[in-house]
Amino acid sequence: MAETQTAATAGAIGSSKGSDDIIQIQGMHKWYGDFHVLKDINLSVKAKERIVICGPSGSGKSTLIRCINRLEEHQKGDIYVNGIELTNDLKNIDLIRREVGMVFQHFNLFPHLTVLENCTLGPIWVRQTPKKEAEAIAMQYLERVKIPEQALKFPGQLSGGQQQRVAIARSLCMSPKIMLFDEPTSALDPEMIKEVLDTMIELADTGMTMLCVTHEMGFAKTVADRVIFMDGGEIIEQNEPHSFFDNPQHERTQLFLSQILAH
Amino acid sequence: MANTQNPDMTPGLTNAYEPGEHPDWPAPSSVKGPVHWIKTNLFGSVTNTLLTLLTIYLLYKIIPSMVDWMFLDAAYTGTSRKDCEAQASGACWAFIGTRLQLFIYGFYPDAERWRVNLTAVLLVAALAPVLYDNVPHRGKALIFTALYPVIAGVLLVGGIFGLEFVPTDQFGGLMLNVIIGVTGIAFSLPIGICLALGRQSHLPVLRIVCVAFIEFIRGVPLITLLFVAAVMLSYFVPPGTNFDLLVRMLIMVTLFASGYMAEVIRGGLQAIPKGQYEAADSMGLKYWQSMRLIILPQALKIAIPGIVNTFIALYKDTTLVIVIGRLDILGIGRSSLADSKWQGLSTEVYVFVAIFFFISCFLMSRYSLYLEKKLHTGH
Ligand SMILES: Nc1ncnc2c1ncn2[C@@H]1O[C@H](COP(=O)(O)OP(=O)(O)OP(=O)(O)O)[C@@H](O)[C@H]1O
Ligand SMILES: [Mg+2]
Repeated sequence: MAETQTAATAGAIGSSKGSDDIIQIQGMHKWYGDFHVLKDINLSVKAKERIVICGPSGSGKSTLIRCINRLEEHQKGDIYVNGIELTNDLKNIDLIRREVGMVFQHFNLFPHLTVLENCTLGPIWVRQTPKKEAEAIAMQYLERVKIPEQALKFPGQLSGGQQQRVAIARSLCMSPKIMLFDEPTSALDPEMIKEVLDTMIELADTGMTMLCVTHEMGFAKTVADRVIFMDGGEIIEQNEPHSFFDNPQHERTQLFLSQILAH
Repeated sequence: MANTQNPDMTPGLTNAYEPGEHPDWPAPSSVKGPVHWIKTNLFGSVTNTLLTLLTIYLLYKIIPSMVDWMFLDAAYTGTSRKDCEAQASGACWAFIGTRLQLFIYGFYPDAERWRVNLTAVLLVAALAPVLYDNVPHRGKALIFTALYPVIAGVLLVGGIFGLEFVPTDQFGGLMLNVIIGVTGIAFSLPIGICLALGRQSHLPVLRIVCVAFIEFIRGVPLITLLFVAAVMLSYFVPPGTNFDLLVRMLIMVTLFASGYMAEVIRGGLQAIPKGQYEAADSMGLKYWQSMRLIILPQALKIAIPGIVNTFIALYKDTTLVIVIGRLDILGIGRSSLADSKWQGLSTEVYVFVAIFFFISCFLMSRYSLYLEKKLHTGH
């Protein structure tokens, strides 16, 4: 691991930031067929940093964070996660995926497994944790997201907000270093959004590195260290939340913010 | 509180309960109970009533005469058709009775038939842990299940461990149907799964091979494949090697069912949302892990009706072995008809064979319903 770390840092040509960056994306491009979705993405994320990504629909937000755990493949540029370069090497991909948890818009819980089994599956099969231990850890996280009493139910028997909290607990059970959130609240009813956001805020307080695609600007203001605005596959602007919201530089950012705050 | 019993209270008048205090009332008897069920389900409308009456009339016409023929007027003992006719006017089950051994074991040597019985008992033991997950010591039991094909083969064919060698052309009757059916069912499912996954693969060569195989199998009648197995395969195997005819049959039936199985399972796989794959991937599960733990359990569950359908079709297709000169239960029945002592009893034979197949297939169908219910998790 130490070797890859140095290799990664050595490879980070032109990067002014040091090796404390847990994610480094340099000159990354991605195409879907002929469609250029991501254009020259450069992004460094420090450990424990909390980043909110926003932007209009179709701007490539999901694609960007899905490139970080290789759910999507990039065609040009470099991505280093936790010091490991993301290439076609399946071993590296597996190593990275262990350290990166992901929470999806539609929860993607495994409907044929109980909540507890959803949470223990990864630790048992990927980290080879003994079952008893995995269950103890899972219960701990289920308690943290405040639904230990649902452990033996199936996901189909839970509300949307509860399902999303299970999904968060499931990711946390793998003890990841980084958590990716892709619009975790946008499939939820308003009264459930709060319970999920509260869970995420608590998670942020524990010092987790987080990248969230979300339109919850209140969340961005309270939690984010940095807000990134994307449009047309490019990072248009990034800033700490106060300056970002109060003093957006780019006119596309201004337009987006005015639209989003209008309703 | 006189109002509490009256559910039809006009809104606006004084409510019997404070807001939020209303208790659960039992449903009125008009929406449940047997009388209600009969009323809504059998006599719910004019058409419904007419159909019900028509059905009752038909059942009245058919059932009594059928019961008479099959049971009340049937002859159970005797040594020829004349004996039967002397006793009763209905079915002559004595015919089936005297030939029951033949129907079950075919031409398997008398003295060795205990081996068939033992194999059948062990089959039940081997199936139990597969069918029910609450079997005690399931892990060890499954090891036995995995070894069962070898054990069954040794027991039935013999030739080692002091067991007398019984060539497979002496196999016959119901035993032959069960051997072919169970083998086909047991192997077509895993092969079908592999073909279905192969068809979805990102590797073009693998995908093309799987598609070609599936399309070929589905495009050719089973009977043709069986002829090919009987006649042509001997050209392909090196001369001198004796590639048993029954084994060739088993292979062909299995491959045939696998082709269909693959498509049924592909249907199940397509119903799995992309998010399930992504969630499995993002956890770091390897391909086979995510298939085994996440994708296949869900896909197979969705595909259960189709899978059982294929099993049942395969099971009934086992009667086609007659085209290569082996006598299964139906073949034995038909050849029995030639016996001059028992002439003209084809109805009994076909009814018997039909009952055998019906029971087997009905059990499979009931089991699949049980399984679907058990796997239902409210999504
Ligand atoms: N698998 C795909 N094949 C082709 N084009 C795709 C694919 N996935 C996404 N796209 C396109 O790429 C662009 C970016 O998609 P992406 O999902 O990253 O947007 P987004 O910013 O997350 O939008 P939203 O807010 O609606 O989720 C969109 O124009 C979309 O149509
Ligand atoms: Mg998106």
